[in-house]
Amino acid sequence: MSRNALIFALLVLAALSAVPWLDSGFWLALSINIAQYAVLATAWAVFSGPTRYVSLATAAFFGIGAYTVAVLGEALPWPAVLAAAGVIGVLVSLLVGFATLRLSGVYFVVFTFGLAELIRQLVTWFEVNVTRTIGRYVFLDITQAQIYWQLLGLFGLLLILGTWLRASRLGFALRVIGEDEMVARHVGIDTARAKIALFALSALFMILTGAVMAPRWTYLDPAIAFNPTTSFQVLIMALLGGVHALLGPLLGVVPMALLFEVLSANFPNHFSILLGAVFMLVVYAVPRGVIGLLARTQRRRVA
Amino acid sequence: MEAAAGTLISGLVLGGMYVLVAMGLTLQYGVARIMNLAYGEFVVAAAFAALWLFSAVGLNPLLGLLLVMPAAFLVNLLVYGILLAPLVRRAGSPAALESDSILATFGLLFVVQGVMLAAFGGAYQSYPYLSVPVTLPGATVTANRLVALAFAAVIGGGVWLWLAHTRTGTAVRAVAVNPLAAQLVAIDVKRVAALAFGAGGALVAAGGVLVSMFLTFNAAMGVVFTMKALVVVIMGGVGNLMGCLVAGLLLGLVETAVATWVDPGLTLAATYAMFLAVLVARPAGLFGRAAR
Repeated sequence: MSRNALIFALLVLAALSAVPWLDSGFWLALSINIAQYAVLATAWAVFSGPTRYVSLATAAFFGIGAYTVAVLGEALPWPAVLAAAGVIGVLVSLLVGFATLRLSGVYFVVFTFGLAELIRQLVTWFEVNVTRTIGRYVFLDITQAQIYWQLLGLFGLLLILGTWLRASRLGFALRVIGEDEMVARHVGIDTARAKIALFALSALFMILTGAVMAPRWTYLDPAIAFNPTTSFQVLIMALLGGVHALLGPLLGVVPMALLFEVLSANFPNHFSILLGAVFMLVVYAVPRGVIGLLARTQRRRVA
Repeated sequence: MEAAAGTLISGLVLGGMYVLVAMGLTLQYGVARIMNLAYGEFVVAAAFAALWLFSAVGLNPLLGLLLVMPAAFLVNLLVYGILLAPLVRRAGSPAALESDSILATFGLLFVVQGVMLAAFGGAYQSYPYLSVPVTLPGATVTANRLVALAFAAVIGGGVWLWLAHTRTGTAVRAVAVNPLAAQLVAIDVKRVAALAFGAGGALVAAGGVLVSMFLTFNAAMGVVFTMKALVVVIMGGVGNLMGCLVAGLLLGLVETAVATWVDPGLTLAATYAMFLAVLVARPAGLFGRAAR
């Protein structure tokens, strides 16, 4: 994204922060939902777009953030809670990165595939055997409007970082890795380090989103926090929008968030089937995302 | 001592199931080159099929195998022909096919899981079949576990014989080694890939039916089965049946040991710990020579 586009996007975000004064019911809830997925899907694409490594660990990081708030929320001041969630989650992402990102992509996919379930089981085991409580209440003095503003702030920060990254040496290195990892290694790029660094950055934003969203639930247990559907929804949105432009995922987030709202309200028992069907439709029909379609029609118009 | 022998036998039984399930995955991934993330859902679907045959039709699961395995073969053939073959045609490189098939089967996972949830609900299920105690030297186990292990051994052995000693089996192995070179010796790679995918599906269904005889299961357990099968395949080396056998039995033993002496809630953690160890020490698998 160019500098002007970034400034424009940030101005739009600033204007959108007025939503809570206009409505505090349905529209605010919907805006929170969209903002949440905007951060998650964009953070997902920041790593998976240039490297082409499909990460299925979104729910794991989101859950780490949310559950850290459930455990520490009342014990520490809010910024310290966020910092703690960030530190825990980044350590996990580094562990995953060091274990798998030095090898070929399929190990990474396999490892991230079961990660949310693994952490859910570990947390459940810990809660049952050590703290002897399963399920926690989150009573924090944080309003819906504050959640919304924090999400907008995260999104803005992500856009700034993403724009900077694209222009940086690291961003360039990652694009080379995505094109051909062998070439990248031959021109002297430390491919593992670049991938691990970016994975941790992307994870950090997912963790913070989970942490910010936690007060919305008031009651959290590991099954809610580490719900695998989160990974899936974020993946659909990012792929639908297109992962090769910073604002690409956003094009998928808005229609999908609305669609999920409609589907979960009308077909609660068949949500998973419909979700899977929509996803496969995206994979088959729009493999390069909406942004890819737009680019193609534009090229055609020029030619 | 009694407990140790019991754990050993339970571990071998569980490991035998993992071997069977992972053999199917190694056919699908090693030969058809499809990374099937919906794999575990088919284990659970076969388990539900066995439950339904047992409770509604009154058919015992061993006879059920005769129905479920061919049905699973056909279903997987259809899945390959309708859903995956277009991806194979579209893919420009093995890496592109890998990521496309990961995405498509990830979608399929949610569809199959959703269908099972809608049809059977989310509760844990089991049914009593041959749950009579059998006393072996050193331990007492239920008969259904021993029968399951025996059937797994027969089916797994049959697949090994098929691959090692028949003309079709040789073609399957040739495609696993090098699909391009296989074409040069007049092997129809597309057909062999479809066949391997279907055969993998039949194996996984057999695993699901046998597992359902002695384990409780629910509609959401697929991910865990997929994970375990993947770890066994990677640990044994992709396409390596002997590796599958050793790695599957090892995983079953380690898991049962952890469940007995540490905590049943930590079995997936044990799987992951083994996975980590393999990734760090021998990423090409226990018997692999060089990284792919």
